[in-house]
Amino acid sequence: MSVFPFSAIVGQDEMKQALLISAVDPRIGGVMVFGDRGTGKSTAARALSALLPPMRIVEGSRFNCDPDHREDYPEELTSKRVRRVPVPFVDLPLGATEDRVVGALDLERALGKGEKAFEPGLLARAHRGFLYIDEINLLEDHLVDLLLDVATSGENLVEREGLSVRHPARFVLIGSGNPEEGELRPQLLDRFGLSVEVKTPDDIEQRIEIMRRCDAQERDADAFAEEWKAADTNILRQIARGQKALDKIDVPEAILTDAAELCVAVGADGLRGELTLMRASKALTALQGKRKVRREHLIAVAPMALRHRLRRDVLDETGSTVRIDRAIEELFG
Amino acid sequence: MTAPDAAPDPLSHAVTAIDLFACDPHGLGGIWLRGAGPVRDALVERLKDALPSDMPVRRMPGTIDDDRLLGGLDISASLHAGKPVLQSGLLAETHGGVIIAPMAERLSETIAGRIGQALDWRAVQVERDGIAAETEATIGLVLLDDGRGAEEKPPWSLTERMAFHCDLSAIDTLALPSLSGKNAHTISEVAEPDDAVLRTLAGTAMALGVHSARALLFAARAARASAALAGRATIADADIVTAAQLVLAPRATQIPATDEPQDSESEPPPPDPESDGHDGDADEQQPDPPSLEDMVLAAAAASVPADILSKIADDVQRGGASGGAAGQRRTSKLRGRPLGARPGIPSGGARLALIDTLRAAAPWQTLRRAEEGEDAPRRIRIRRPDLRVRRFEERTGIVTIFAVDASGSSALARLAEAKGAVELMLAQAYVKRAEVAMIAFRGEGAELLLPPTRSLTRARRALAELPGGGGTPLAAGLDMVCELVEMVQGRGRTPFLVLLTDGKANVGRDGAPGRAQARDESMAVAKRIAAMGVSGVVVDISPRAQPEAADLAEALRMEYLALPRADAATLHDVVDSLQDQAVAA
Repeated sequence: MSVFPFSAIVGQDEMKQALLISAVDPRIGGVMVFGDRGTGKSTAARALSALLPPMRIVEGSRFNCDPDHREDYPEELTSKRVRRVPVPFVDLPLGATEDRVVGALDLERALGKGEKAFEPGLLARAHRGFLYIDEINLLEDHLVDLLLDVATSGENLVEREGLSVRHPARFVLIGSGNPEEGELRPQLLDRFGLSVEVKTPDDIEQRIEIMRRCDAQERDADAFAEEWKAADTNILRQIARGQKALDKIDVPEAILTDAAELCVAVGADGLRGELTLMRASKALTALQGKRKVRREHLIAVAPMALRHRLRRDVLDETGSTVRIDRAIEELFG
Repeated sequence: MTAPDAAPDPLSHAVTAIDLFACDPHGLGGIWLRGAGPVRDALVERLKDALPSDMPVRRMPGTIDDDRLLGGLDISASLHAGKPVLQSGLLAETHGGVIIAPMAERLSETIAGRIGQALDWRAVQVERDGIAAETEATIGLVLLDDGRGAEEKPPWSLTERMAFHCDLSAIDTLALPSLSGKNAHTISEVAEPDDAVLRTLAGTAMALGVHSARALLFAARAARASAALAGRATIADADIVTAAQLVLAPRATQIPATDEPQDSESEPPPPDPESDGHDGDADEQQPDPPSLEDMVLAAAAASVPADILSKIADDVQRGGASGGAAGQRRTSKLRGRPLGARPGIPSGGARLALIDTLRAAAPWQTLRRAEEGEDAPRRIRIRRPDLRVRRFEERTGIVTIFAVDASGSSALARLAEAKGAVELMLAQAYVKRAEVAMIAFRGEGAELLLPPTRSLTRARRALAELPGGGGTPLAAGLDMVCELVEMVQGRGRTPFLVLLTDGKANVGRDGAPGRAQARDESMAVAKRIAAMGVSGVVVDISPRAQPEAADLAEALRMEYLALPRADAATLHDVVDSLQDQAVAA
C-alpha cells in the first residue's frame, strides 16, 4: 500500500502536531494514538515516515551505526564512508515472532554455509528511528514485555548457544489502538511521551474532502503523492529546522513554574509528566521557528503530554482531557 | 417517525449486496452475512457464480494459526535448500481472490487483527521465524456468521473493514432473482462520484450517526458498483440510495428526526425513492419536492435493521448519551485458542509444541552437525534451547458475571456498589486479563446490562444509568446467567458468578407474581447452573441475613456470604480472593 501524504490528511490537527513534535525531539518518547476505527490513525502514523530528515550512518552497517559512536556497535565496519539514509520507520506487524523482533541466527548462512552469524531484527532496523505498532492492544504480552525492557535500557541483548550480541536499540514508539478493545497496560502507556485521541471530523465539508482525497489517491497514487510533495517537503524542512534549533530554545523560569503548577493541579503522577510537558513545549516552539517558550506553547501541548498520566479514579468519570482543560482554565484563565 | 410504505426487503438488499460485492470484491472489502440457513447458502453460491471463474475462492478454518494464515518458515524445504524458504499463508495464497470465513462469530480478535491489517495493506508482512517478507495479498472477505445473541458477532475490526452488513435471519423465502449474466459495465467504466454524490453520502452518514470514514468511502464505492451493475456510466440517484441502504443504514447509531417539520424543506419525504413525487401520499399542502439528500436519508432510515433500531431506542430511553457506535461494538473476546509457542521446558501442564520446536532447531542443524561430526547425519539435533511449549489463552480467561437483584427499595444502592466493583475489577483487568459482565433482574424480567468486556470505557458507558425497583424475578435472572455461562464456556473461558440477592423470589418466569412458583423455578435453574460446573458466590446484602439466599447458594453449590453493608471495595476484594482460590483449585 502506498503511503498517504501527511499533508493531505484532513483535520486531525492534534494527532499531526503530536507526531511532528515527537519527530523534532525523539527523547519525548513517542505517541500513542487512541481512536475509534476508521479515523485514520494508522494512515497518519505511517505518513510520518515520509517526513523524517535523513540521518548519517556508517556505510554497510546493519545496525544503523552512528559514525560518531562506532565502538557501541557489534560489527566490524571497514568502510570509512558515511551515508545519509532516511530515518527508519519500521512497522511491527501483528504475528511477528520474537526472533524477528530481537534478531536471531542468520538462517541463510547457518543453513547454507554452517556459519554462526547474527541477523539483526526489527529492533536493530528501528534504531535511531521509529517503531510503529498498529493495534497495540492486540500485541502479545511477551512482546510487550520485551519492548518495554528494550525501550527502558536502550539496548538489545541476544544470547543463545554461543551467539551473543548486544547492540544499541533506541527508537521512538508510535502506537495506535482502540480503547474499547481493552485497556493498555499502564507500564506500556507510560512509555509514550504523548497521547492523542482522534475522531473522524464531524464537519461535513471535511468529510467530503476526505472522500475526495482518498478517491484521488486510489485512482493514481503516484500523481497524488506528487501533488502533495511540496507540502510534505515543507514539513520535512520544518522538522529539520526544529531539530537544529531545539538546543537553543530558551525556557523562562515562569514557564517552568507554570508546568509544575499544572502537573500538581491535574494530579499527574511522577516527574515524567513534568519533563514531557517541558520537552514537548520546547519542541513545539522549535517547530514553529520561535526562540522562546511561551505559555501558549505549554497550553497547546498539555493535553497530549498529560492526559494518559492522570491518576485513575474509578469513580470519577470526567474525561482526562476535560480535567486538564479545567485546570488550565483555573490556573491561567 | 413515519412508517415506510413498504417494509424494506432484507432478501433483495442481500442479493444486491452480493451482486455489488461480486462486481468489486477488493474495493468493497467484504460482506458480512449473518444467520445460517439455505438463503445464505444460495447467496454464497450466487457469489461464486458471479465472480470471475479464475478468481481464487478459499475457505478459512476458524482455528487457523499464524503459520497458515500469514506464512512462515518452510522447515523441510529450508533444510533441503540450505537457505530459508518461505511458505506462504492463506492470505498470500488467496491474493486477487476472496476468502470465506465460516463461523465468523467465533473468530478470535487476534486472527481478525491480522486479517484486518492485510485488508488495509493489501499485502502480508511476514516477520516470523527468521524470515522477513512482504507478499501481495489483495483479498475480499466473506464472513459467515452463525451468531445468535446480540453479543455473538464477528470481531468489529473485520466488520468495520467491509462494506456490506446483511442480516439474513428474518428472511423466510428462497426466491432469489436469477443472475443477470455479465455486468453491463466494470466499475472502472463508471465516472468518479462527483461532489453532489459525496455531499449526499456524507450528509446521510452524519444524520445516521455513522462516524467512520471507511464507511463513507465504502458507500461511494458501492454507489459506483451499483451504477456499473445497472450499466450506467455515471452514478444515478438510485445508486446513491442503494449505497446508503446497504452500507450506511446497517451502521446507523441514530435515527434522524424526520417527523418534526420545521419548514417545508424538511417535510417527511416519500419513503420510496424510486417513485417520483407523492402518488401515494395524501399530503394536503404539497410541499416542495424533497432534496436528494432527504430522499436518500429517508430510504436509508427505512432500511436500518430492526435490532439496531431497538438498540437505539434503548439508548435513548436509558439516556445513554453514547453518540458513538457502542451498541454495535463488540469487545475483544479471548477464546480458548492456542496462543502460539514460547521457549520453555514441557512440564507442569505445559505441552511440547513439536512443530515450533523443530522450527527453532532447524537453522542450527548444519552448525550442530559440523560440531558433532557426521556419524549420524540424518538425525535432527534438538537441544534444550530449541524446546517450545504451547500456551493457551484460557488459563487466564475468567469472566466474572455479576447478577444483581435490582428489585425493591435497596436496588439502587446494590446496583451502584456492584457497578463500583465492576469498575474496580476492570481497572485491574490488565493484570488478570479478566472480563466482566453484568446482569440485572427486576420487575418482570432480566437484562444483560454489560456483555463480557475488558474495557472500562465501555463498562462506564453501559452502566451509566441503572434501572431499579419492582419485584424479584429470580428465575428469569438465573436463566440469563445460564445463557451467558453457556456462551462464555463455549468460548473456552471460565465463568465466575457473583449473585447479589436476598434470595426472595416473588415473580415467576412468566412474569406473574407468586412466591411458591417463583421459588421452585429458581431452585430448578440454580441446580442446572450447578451442573454446569460454575464456581461463584452468593452475596446476601440485605440488612439481616436471609435463609433463602443460603438455600440458593446451596442449590448452586457456591459460597454464601452475608455482607449487610457491602461496598464496592469489599465486594471487589471478596471476589478477588474467591477467584484466586477457584483458580488454584
